[in-house]
Amino acid sequence: MITSGYGDIIREGLWNNNPGLVQLLGLCPLLAISGTVVNALGLGLATIATLVISNTLVSLLREHVRPEIRIPVYVLIIASAVTAIELVMNAWFHGLFLVLGIFIPLIVTNCAIIGRAEAFASRNSVPRAAVDGLAMGVGFTGVLVAIGALREIVGQGSLLDNAHLLFGEWGRDLRIEIFPQEHGFLLALLPPGAFLAMGLLIAVKNLIDARLEGRAAPSATTEPTAPAPSQS
Amino acid sequence: MARLVVRDVVITTLLLGLFAAIGTGVVAWVHSGTEARIIDNRLQMTRARVTQVLEGVDYDNDPVADHHRLSDERLGGEDLPVWIARRGTEVVGVAVSAIAPDGYSGDIHLLVGIDRTGTVRGVRITQHRETPGLGDDIEVERSDWVHDFRGRSLGDPPIERWRVRRDGGVFDQFTGATVTPRAVVRAVRNALLYFEQHSEELLALPPPEEDEVLTIDPAVPEIPDPATPTEPLPGAAPPGDTLP
Repeated sequence: MITSGYGDIIREGLWNNNPGLVQLLGLCPLLAISGTVVNALGLGLATIATLVISNTLVSLLREHVRPEIRIPVYVLIIASAVTAIELVMNAWFHGLFLVLGIFIPLIVTNCAIIGRAEAFASRNSVPRAAVDGLAMGVGFTGVLVAIGALREIVGQGSLLDNAHLLFGEWGRDLRIEIFPQEHGFLLALLPPGAFLAMGLLIAVKNLIDARLEGRAAPSATTEPTAPAPSQS
Repeated sequence: MARLVVRDVVITTLLLGLFAAIGTGVVAWVHSGTEARIIDNRLQMTRARVTQVLEGVDYDNDPVADHHRLSDERLGGEDLPVWIARRGTEVVGVAVSAIAPDGYSGDIHLLVGIDRTGTVRGVRITQHRETPGLGDDIEVERSDWVHDFRGRSLGDPPIERWRVRRDGGVFDQFTGATVTPRAVVRAVRNALLYFEQHSEELLALPPPEEDEVLTIDPAVPEIPDPATPTEPLPGAAPPGDTLP
């Protein structure tokens, strides 16, 4: 991983080592704030910003931070970044800020962030660390938005409800109604729905991985028993 | 050796202190850049809601700049903000915050606009954690239910019918959710009872001092958005005037 190129870094963050689906880090906001696409996107963007800032700063300071105090320094960096982001959201995205509530400050405790600081940023150059932060953040946001979309469609039959909180007044027109809310499946909006959607996504990812592996296997030397990648 | 350890400790401490200072400095810088806008956001949100619940009341002051604090069991909490609408110096209406303690999942915060005759002019739910899709029809964005309160008073309906239909009252419950509307109806009724009992004091509340009127007051309590799924953030506003 130390010598991997940017393509690998991006692939790791988006798919192979996705913080939401593979590392299973930061599940608290992932499950709590994924009720609608807009909430998910809002928290995802804040997390991306935090990851990029913290990864960049940690990498920038990696020569100057003594190993004994690296964890407190990382925590300081992350906490400062999150507080600044919280203030900015409070000022410019006030509605969304109120909806996300306690989960913005809780980004500080998202273990995906300090995990990337310790595992990647502290040993890599600044541009690589920044790209890693971006890729991991986008990967996390992707999962967040996917779960949000799933829960919003099944639960209340809409997509992009409350988009004006994120995009301003014209966002009201973005709402897509798929079926009337009365026919929604309530469970999807309740906390168990988040776990179900999450499990479903992990299953789909594993299925896709298995398919890809199965396709690659016959051309390699081993395992004729591997399932044929037949289209069913 | 010992000297070396001491040196290490000192250097490490200084380094950590330096990082803390830089971090705090950045936060302070962002804070100073966003503060005015944040206060403005809160004021606007509060103003919008207060204006909504005082619909039809003819006032000429800015109620947001004219607030006091109330504490009473009937309102369900301590130091709850109340905003005063005046024409001239006369109080013509109040927007009382109240808390219904018996929602389906925790407290329901609401704002009740009452004119000087004791008639409800509007009710808005400001914060709750009721079940989405069932209990959240109390939000004005989701259904017209809260408008049922408009024009009601303690005599209309009579006090014993200030209940949801299932309990023999006049207010609708929702399909599948009785606890939530029941809690809200009770809270509005209690706010009216409080108003009736204390109307003399409320209607005689003094206007704010001349020099306070136009300043932006960071102590103006924030009314959270109804969709807020969680507790309000820490850092509550310092208490203002409190009624006995």
